[in-house]
Amino acid sequence: MSAEATDIDLRPPLHMRLLKVIESMWRQPSGKAGLTLLSIHLFVAIFAGLLATHDFAVQDASAIFAKPNAEHWLGTDNLGRDVFSRTLLGGRPALITTFFGTMLALFLGGFLGILLGFVGGTIDDVAMRVVDAFLAIPWLLLLLLIIAIFGTATIVMILTLGILYAVAIIRIIRAGTLDVVAQDYITAARTRGEKNVTIVIRELLPNVLDVVLVEGAMRWSWMLLTFSALSFLGFGVTPPTPDWGLMIASSRNFMSVSIWPVIAPIVALSTLIVGLNLSADALAKALGVDRARIGG
Amino acid sequence: MKDMNDMIETRDLQIGVPLTDRSFNIVSDINLSIRRGDSIGLVGESGSGKSTIALSMMGYLGSGLEVLDGSSSFQGSSVFDLSPAKLQKLRGGQLALIPQNAGQALAPNLRIAAQLAEALELHSDISASKRRERMVELLHQVRLPDPDVILERYPHELSGGQQQRVAIAMALAGEPEALILDEPTTGLDVTTQAHILELLAQLRVERNLAMVFVSHDLGVIARVCTRVVVLYAGEIAEDGPVGDVLRNPAHPYTRGLIASIPKLSEAAIPASMEGRPPSPGSREQGCLFAPRCSYANDLCRTSKPAQTEAGQAHRVRCHHAAAIARRADLPATTRREPTKVGSPIVSLEGVQIRYDSPGLIDRLTNKPRPTPTCDGIDLTIRAGETVALVGESGSGKSTILKAISGLVPPSQGSIYGPDRLQLPPSLKNRSADQKRRIQMVFQNPDASLNPRQTVEEIIGSPLKLYENLSGRALRDRVVELLNQVRLGASYLRKLPTQMSGGEKQRIGIARAFAARPDLILCDEVTSALDVSVQAAVLRLLVDLQAQTGAALLFVSHDLAVVRAISDRVMVLYQGRMCEIGPAEDVFGEPYHPYSAMLMNAILEPDPDKAPALLADDATELSPPAQGCPFQRRCARRIGPICDTESPRNALGPKGPHDIRCHLSESDLRG
Repeated sequence: MSAEATDIDLRPPLHMRLLKVIESMWRQPSGKAGLTLLSIHLFVAIFAGLLATHDFAVQDASAIFAKPNAEHWLGTDNLGRDVFSRTLLGGRPALITTFFGTMLALFLGGFLGILLGFVGGTIDDVAMRVVDAFLAIPWLLLLLLIIAIFGTATIVMILTLGILYAVAIIRIIRAGTLDVVAQDYITAARTRGEKNVTIVIRELLPNVLDVVLVEGAMRWSWMLLTFSALSFLGFGVTPPTPDWGLMIASSRNFMSVSIWPVIAPIVALSTLIVGLNLSADALAKALGVDRARIGG
Repeated sequence: MKDMNDMIETRDLQIGVPLTDRSFNIVSDINLSIRRGDSIGLVGESGSGKSTIALSMMGYLGSGLEVLDGSSSFQGSSVFDLSPAKLQKLRGGQLALIPQNAGQALAPNLRIAAQLAEALELHSDISASKRRERMVELLHQVRLPDPDVILERYPHELSGGQQQRVAIAMALAGEPEALILDEPTTGLDVTTQAHILELLAQLRVERNLAMVFVSHDLGVIARVCTRVVVLYAGEIAEDGPVGDVLRNPAHPYTRGLIASIPKLSEAAIPASMEGRPPSPGSREQGCLFAPRCSYANDLCRTSKPAQTEAGQAHRVRCHHAAAIARRADLPATTRREPTKVGSPIVSLEGVQIRYDSPGLIDRLTNKPRPTPTCDGIDLTIRAGETVALVGESGSGKSTILKAISGLVPPSQGSIYGPDRLQLPPSLKNRSADQKRRIQMVFQNPDASLNPRQTVEEIIGSPLKLYENLSGRALRDRVVELLNQVRLGASYLRKLPTQMSGGEKQRIGIARAFAARPDLILCDEVTSALDVSVQAAVLRLLVDLQAQTGAALLFVSHDLAVVRAISDRVMVLYQGRMCEIGPAEDVFGEPYHPYSAMLMNAILEPDPDKAPALLADDATELSPPAQGCPFQRRCARRIGPICDTESPRNALGPKGPHDIRCHLSESDLRG
């Protein structure tokens, strides 16, 4: 047989596969809506500096609680700061912290989940009971406790959120792993006498990766909500840095005077979370991951 | 003039996926009419459209499918024009469906009475007070003993056959005039299958039902159908009375299909059909079967054959039907060369396997353990031979394979390798070489090949592991193996999803042979494949075995397949040996009562042969603690001795043939 005929790789390269997944997400209504919302948000978060019409910190005493007008498109807040500019910039802390937090959570939770699912037995039993016990603790209180001790530096937030979310991710990834471990190709590799590392890397990981990706997309939106809740409670971003949670918290007392400083960050936050959720759903469908079945 | 007796009728039915530029036909030109008392069988390979046609008769189309042309009607009214309310009343009422695994689809948390009551409430006018009476009557009709007891049971307390009978009773609740049966016995044991088919055949006569039977198994069709419709790639290839079509098949595809079925009476591998059906939507110019047909000429490749008469009510779509019908012979089978048997490579002695593991509390309270899953297994496999393990589901066949491969260490007894060196019971204590010598081929090729690996990676794994091959040498050896399984180098970069079931199974076989093993454990390797593909896979296994001298331990529930390829056979019942011996002895007199029951229940595609039903199908109980394992169902039970003493070889202590029965040799022959 000629060499040319055999050198054609029928398995498409990574970027082609990525393109295919996005294409198949786009074909679903939820994917279309989710990806559109998500790209708008990412674009705004990246180019907010260029898009902003005002400096976020500049206070205009002459225009406190201004209604939307040609100068201030979404009006001003109680200190006379431009709501439009602050809203554009207000997503950055949440997005950056939760992105790295999710990465950390996926890495930790994925690693432990795959390990437990693959090893099984008593270790798995004991570890899962610990996970169950941990999940029974009220999260927000635990978070507040940690932040009260270690402060609210970005790195602390990333580590705290990442580790806490990792515990929840373990469950899902473990369930996905158990599914794959039960397949005959894993049995084949075991009876062949492959090393455990080889089985995990070559046989298991490529088949669990889809579950990990979908889980990541889903957890990201939940983490965003948690982060915003924290900063709403005053633990998170230090003023005057704009942040949606903080903006909602500080403006809600003046809601009867002007609704705009509250509405703008609420709309921004909810569209981002809805966009992320819809994208995660579409991603699950595109990759053929059944979240309901593995207990997501 | 329209025949008033026509119950179900399809006219020029075309179903497919409509696309903007062109449409994709799944089935085309289906003309069928089924009258009361008629039973037609739709038969064909997977993907031939048989279920699509049957379900369209009740107005159901799979997602994305649409009727592109033609119609399907029930008692004169088109089912696709009925209002949803009328359609709902029709389905389960006058026209009922019995799907595959209907018995397993019973709600696990409801007693049988509750489930039947629901069916009656939906599809009959019987008042609540009379319902119980009617339920008992229905269970009587499906020949279930003690209906009052059965009604109070939960589905898991019934055997597979009893569950299927309850499902049939539910279908009968609406007093149907027609039944659609989609593979109603696939997945059941042979004995259970024979009983259920018998029941269905009787019901058809008793209630003058019209039946549409979907099956991939011509043996099933031969038992219960009056007419058979052979489908190929969504078209009717041949259509006629069962006896006529099975005895004098006029279409080359029907002939190939019949020829590819292994026969219990013949120790030979049936002829296989090469190639695969065209994918749906492909636009073949001429006859759809031409690429696979040995009679095909230029006419076949350019013009589509019309339906022609091949006999009384027997139509066929083939240019050469007249010439083919005159030829009586079917494609030839290949007898297996007797293998040269070498020294023992794996021996099992007194192997007992348990799946239960008592917890601390059970051990402290001395709770009696359940009887072991497998017990007293003695088996020696020699180089180059093929040994088959047969039995119904739950007979421990696969469990024995797991013990040999080290996945489930036996709780008692020993497994020896070559030169009587003991094999460590657990996989993790075996050396790389010990692992290499025993390889496995799995039942379901979809689950046994990693969907993310290319064929080259899959077959390359054992080569890298055992022979440390890499680069050019690795590729060359993979290509050599691909050629050996008749696939070739063009498959190197394919992924499992890009191949058919038969091709995937060949990859699984290539991977097993790549390790140059002494023994290959084959777990139901053909049961997920179409019959036409099965023959080719069997032949491949036998050829590779002859080339490499590996032994095969072949697990199958299909006695005809076992007959085709094995040198020796072990018959198992509930994890205990009933009979072991050379294949020709096991398949000839004298028979163990259990072997006799299995063989008699087999359905052959011969309308003149009826299976003999020697014993009822039983509820699955754990194996008896003492005595003969088959004591509960044996038709030839002698007396208390069967319950208390384990039977020895009825043929005397010596000799290769061992029948474990208390009956004497002459009784077993009688």
